[in-house]
Amino acid sequence: MMSTTTITKARAGFTAMTPVRYLAALLIVGVTVAPLLFVILGGFRTNAQINSDPAGLPSPWVFTNYANILANDAFWRFLGNSALVSISSTVLAVGLGSMAAFALSRYRFRGREAFYSMFTIGLLFPLGVAILPVYLLLRQLHLLESWVGVALPQAAFALPVTIIILRPFMAAIPTEIEDAAVMDGATRLGFFWRILLPLSRPALVTVSVLAFITSWNGYLLPLLVFNDPANFTLPLGVATFQSQYSQDTASILAFTALSIVPALVFFIFAERHIVGGLTGSVKG
Amino acid sequence: MSTTTAVVTPDVTTAAGSPSPQGTTRRRRSTLRKKLELALLLGPATVLFVAFVFFPLVAASYYSLFDWNGFGPLTDFVGLDNYTKALGDPLFQGAIGHNLFIVIASLVVQLPLSIALALLLNGKIRGRTGLRLLVFTPYVLSEAVTAVIWLSLLQPHGVVDGLLEGVGLGGLVQLWLADQNVVMFTLFAVITWKYIGFGIILFLAGLQGVPEELREAASIDGASGWQTTRLIVLPLLGPTIRIWVFLSIIGSLQLFDLVWIMTLGGPAGSSTTMATYLIDRGFRRYEFGFGSAVAIILFVICFVFALFYQRFALRRDTQGALTGRVE
Repeated sequence: MMSTTTITKARAGFTAMTPVRYLAALLIVGVTVAPLLFVILGGFRTNAQINSDPAGLPSPWVFTNYANILANDAFWRFLGNSALVSISSTVLAVGLGSMAAFALSRYRFRGREAFYSMFTIGLLFPLGVAILPVYLLLRQLHLLESWVGVALPQAAFALPVTIIILRPFMAAIPTEIEDAAVMDGATRLGFFWRILLPLSRPALVTVSVLAFITSWNGYLLPLLVFNDPANFTLPLGVATFQSQYSQDTASILAFTALSIVPALVFFIFAERHIVGGLTGSVKG
Repeated sequence: MSTTTAVVTPDVTTAAGSPSPQGTTRRRRSTLRKKLELALLLGPATVLFVAFVFFPLVAASYYSLFDWNGFGPLTDFVGLDNYTKALGDPLFQGAIGHNLFIVIASLVVQLPLSIALALLLNGKIRGRTGLRLLVFTPYVLSEAVTAVIWLSLLQPHGVVDGLLEGVGLGGLVQLWLADQNVVMFTLFAVITWKYIGFGIILFLAGLQGVPEELREAASIDGASGWQTTRLIVLPLLGPTIRIWVFLSIIGSLQLFDLVWIMTLGGPAGSSTTMATYLIDRGFRRYEFGFGSAVAIILFVICFVFALFYQRFALRRDTQGALTGRVE
């Protein structure tokens, strides 16, 4: 599109729509950014400042809110718990999912499509539907209050998307490559491990990012599995902090702002894969 | 799902066999090997999936036939009583209504809005990459954080009220989350804030698939911008629209985190959703049998919708998250 742009076309593009476009862009930016900005700047204000003028700027700037939270164990513990849960659930989902996707894409066997359908049905299955029996199961396995009790079900619920994205990707890798590997004496599992997985890297990154974000943002499962605040993940911690210190708006805002940071940093690095993964199914 | 085409990949392990006796043993050994490999590859994922996704569904449908608090043996068989009780409860009927409200409002407001914004942003514009990044940010935040942010913004005499008064619209100020007639609209606005970026990105990606030549040809033939959009661009966006609609409806039916943190389904049940009703009855009142019945109702609604949608809308698209074809 850009390569065919000529000067005349560029000028033709500057029509009545151009100001409307910029206006729309400005509106979107404003609506998206303003609430986040309020949270971040609010963390630099005192409660008195916030109460007297909710939408104002910090004057003077106060750093104690942020400093207190950064000095507080709770925030770091929530962060650590979130990382532990999300990383384990991602590793599990992508590890087991890529093995299953390999079997479902490059082996021929009876019942293959039935297996695949079973996994795809999982997509229609909100965690909420299964949550009561999952809870009972975790209680029986003594996994309540344990990060394993959150990571295992989250990995299970991440399997459908993982397999649905990986399967066509793995199937599209040319047979000739596999034939050559077999010719050179590789077993099928050796081919999977040494050749197929490295070749599937783009798809693996996408499914990892999706599984990680879903787990990182998860709220329902940690809410039910954890009672002890020492085990809370970040979303659960933020929500609890909000209800506990509902009078201390400035601290809530600082806490919220800090809890957004890891997500934003991760997002900036992974943006391409998130967008690619979510829109991939549409672009084909 | 059953229409998936067969893989054309030749099967290396079984193709090696020959009709000689030695060949049959080798073949038998290689089929055994293949079975072992399949068990190794598929086994772990299947166990995890069955344990935490499939088994719970079966268990929930069984629990739903009992009056049970989650402890001790299931003895108090009540048949379908839990289902009739749930469907007869005005609070649950209200919850279904609230989910439907979100479903319909999303289709009526978010769909046209995100298509319109994607069309506008698809043109030549400075800083498009940055804009794309920015628009998508709220989608990456957890619903929990989103809820906490908007709880602060929507406090009485808070930022939103202050801004409205500042521009002379003080008359519009409401008890955003405490007024039974307003709360669903407020929640919908927050949901839109969080998810509109996803729609815009999806449609921008879809627009990449609309060849520029088609639009040029249309404009040479004298079509107006609006005609080109309506008659050429929108039909070509069909698959994207159908995927968006599917994801939006399934998401709206499952709404939980945001509502639970912002209102707990209140005031007086005026923002209860099926999922908050389920968690409330199951985990706050220990009605595991009844809660399971609610879960099964929620599942059946999602499942029936998905089947119909797959059958009548998504079938036309060759690619799609749910058709997952292998060539």
